[in-house]
Amino acid sequence: MAAAPTAAATVASTAVLAPRPAPTSAFLRRTQATSHRHPILKCRRAGTLTPAAAAGGSSPSSAVFHGEVFVVGDNIDTDQIIPAEHLTLVPSKPDEYRKLGSFAFAGLPTAAYPTPFVDPGEESTRYAVIVGGANFGCGSSREHAPVALGAAGARAVVAESYARIFFRNSVATGEVYPLELHDAGAWKECKTGDVVTVDLGNSVLINHTSGKEYKLKPIGDAGPVIEAGGIFAYARKTGMIASKAAA
Amino acid sequence: MSSSVSAAAKASAAFAHKKELAAAAPAPTQHRAGSGRRSKPCRVRAVASPARAPRAPASTGSVKTAMTMTEKILARASERAGLEPGENVWVDVDVLMTHDVCGPGTIGIFKKEFGEDAKVWDREKVVIIPDHYIFTNDERANRNVDILRDFCMEQNIKYFYDIKDLSNFKANPDYKGVCHVALAQEGHCRPGEVLLGTDSHTCNAGAFGQFATGIGNTDAGFVLGTGKALLKVPPTIRFVLDGEMPPYLLAKDLILQIIGEISVSGATYKSMEFVGSTIESLNMEERMTLCNMVVEAGGKNGVVPADETTFKYLEGKTSVDYEPVYSDAQARFFSDYRFDVSKLEPVVAKPHSPDNRALARECKDVKIDRVYIGSCTGGKTEDFLAAAKVFLASGKKVKVPTFLVPATQKVWMDLYSLPVPGSGGKTCSQIFEEAGCDTPASPSCGACLGGPRDTYARMNEPMVCVSTTNRNFPGRMGHKEGQIYLASPYTAAASALTGYVTDPRDFLM
Repeated sequence: MAAAPTAAATVASTAVLAPRPAPTSAFLRRTQATSHRHPILKCRRAGTLTPAAAAGGSSPSSAVFHGEVFVVGDNIDTDQIIPAEHLTLVPSKPDEYRKLGSFAFAGLPTAAYPTPFVDPGEESTRYAVIVGGANFGCGSSREHAPVALGAAGARAVVAESYARIFFRNSVATGEVYPLELHDAGAWKECKTGDVVTVDLGNSVLINHTSGKEYKLKPIGDAGPVIEAGGIFAYARKTGMIASKAAA
Repeated sequence: MSSSVSAAAKASAAFAHKKELAAAAPAPTQHRAGSGRRSKPCRVRAVASPARAPRAPASTGSVKTAMTMTEKILARASERAGLEPGENVWVDVDVLMTHDVCGPGTIGIFKKEFGEDAKVWDREKVVIIPDHYIFTNDERANRNVDILRDFCMEQNIKYFYDIKDLSNFKANPDYKGVCHVALAQEGHCRPGEVLLGTDSHTCNAGAFGQFATGIGNTDAGFVLGTGKALLKVPPTIRFVLDGEMPPYLLAKDLILQIIGEISVSGATYKSMEFVGSTIESLNMEERMTLCNMVVEAGGKNGVVPADETTFKYLEGKTSVDYEPVYSDAQARFFSDYRFDVSKLEPVVAKPHSPDNRALARECKDVKIDRVYIGSCTGGKTEDFLAAAKVFLASGKKVKVPTFLVPATQKVWMDLYSLPVPGSGGKTCSQIFEEAGCDTPASPSCGACLGGPRDTYARMNEPMVCVSTTNRNFPGRMGHKEGQIYLASPYTAAASALTGYVTDPRDFLM
């Protein structure tokens, strides 16, 4: 699907914003950057995009994530996201939760992915956003997978499609936003380290380094659940269940 | 989704069999004989309650909504007369299963959200099965089994299959082994019910004509507290498998064929229903092999209509009343696939994806380092009987290390006690010993998913393995550069005898 650059793409690259300053680690935590407005951009996939036009979805989610991107391919299974040998770590224990983060993407084959997602000796990643291909998170139902990504500091995965259980676990835990791309091929055009913005309100992924934009499918009702921090937090926030059991 | 379109295009190019993809085009004449046959006396044992009316309300009357089996099960569990795919419904869960890998996290969420003193919704509907990381010195793995035990004691959980003496599994009469096989053997899989588990291969239980799927810790924590789950009703893809099963094929060949056909995302968010004369001829263990791997095609669940084979298997295993349901003749299916099984050949899934299908004979030049027979999908009694049949037919010795990991304690017992047909009374274990295989190991998930470094038969080197397990992702059995060829027990045994990926017809014909 990755066509050669077209004239439109060239236009897009000239219209792009200047990359933001290198993100600090504070960026990678659960901060929401300030509302990020961008000029009218020519996007060869999605056509002319304005903030107003792209905000047409009913999603009330308006979070914006900005930072460097980590790029993976199709069919990234949960064994690659968190190898089974680390499943002895229990996500509900805070110290083991953090440790899971340090092993995020430890199962990616080194030859294909020479850059680690989390640097050796670190617990957090420098990459706020993950871009992937089709069927992201296939395989095991291990909730450790979205937990590891979230614990490492990633805020959003942007992929062409998801395996069902990974998507559901991401929403249930509120660990990462599992965002779907409108079209295929973004992962082939993005490179690890590119600076990107994910704008939920406008349902768009902007790659500032390449100057390209990619339309996202609205996250819909799952957005507020993730924003609240998962299904239990959302249910309490909205009064579906009693506010908090004495714990 | 564009991805599934391209995957389907790729698959159909490689597919030589008759297939029809017309959506919503049921072929009533092809519908399996058992459907709608509610007049057939069900061999259901009603122990505590009087016999029910033979028909559920949703299955009678002229105005009912035609539904697939999966839709019907979810309709009943949500007390709805009819359901459409895509609807989100709260269902009552009949059984929740968890194990040592996801149980501690599930318990952690349950306690955090419902309180330290909270009680599970029903102590008889929670089944807890240590099975993943058992025979290891990994302290955290051992601790996780302790967490399960403490919780089960505290909550008085009725079904906890504990192990305390790791040095000898036989000293633990309660210990079973791999959860999905244990669930079946202990009578927790019943037609018409909803079974959720914190393991993606929970879909295995669809072999019993029930809705069974995998969930995460957080959802499971919610179920523990409430007994309910919010589920989206999946559309159903129907797979019609007809024709006599050739003697060199096993259910693993069928499901690898299907996954190769529809790709690893071909059934994402969907139910896969298996019908046809071939399916009716399969025993329960083979039906489990089929349903076990629907998740490898992205499937939410798989189902096989319950029939006499199912009822017979369940005899003496459960005293719980159950009621099977069947797809209506007019039910709408997302799509239909048809296979003439008599024309299929033994297949493998090449590294590193379960849909990377090839004929076993096409891979005859692939040199292998080891063979692994085990797991929920490939370590049942029938799987070992199949492997033994090949060793017996050849009379030769294996050329590569061959590891055998029975799924459960019962399977292990079978290997040492059941005579292999045509062997003059030899057991599997005797045949394996004569063939030079490793001694059958302690029952557990073993090296199917790698696990702690000291796990038996874990691939700690970048080797090539033919395995009867269900996944061949990079690093799945341990080493990231390891190469796994998924295959039937026939093909695995034949490959062990030659040291190359081998079509079992070389020994069975």
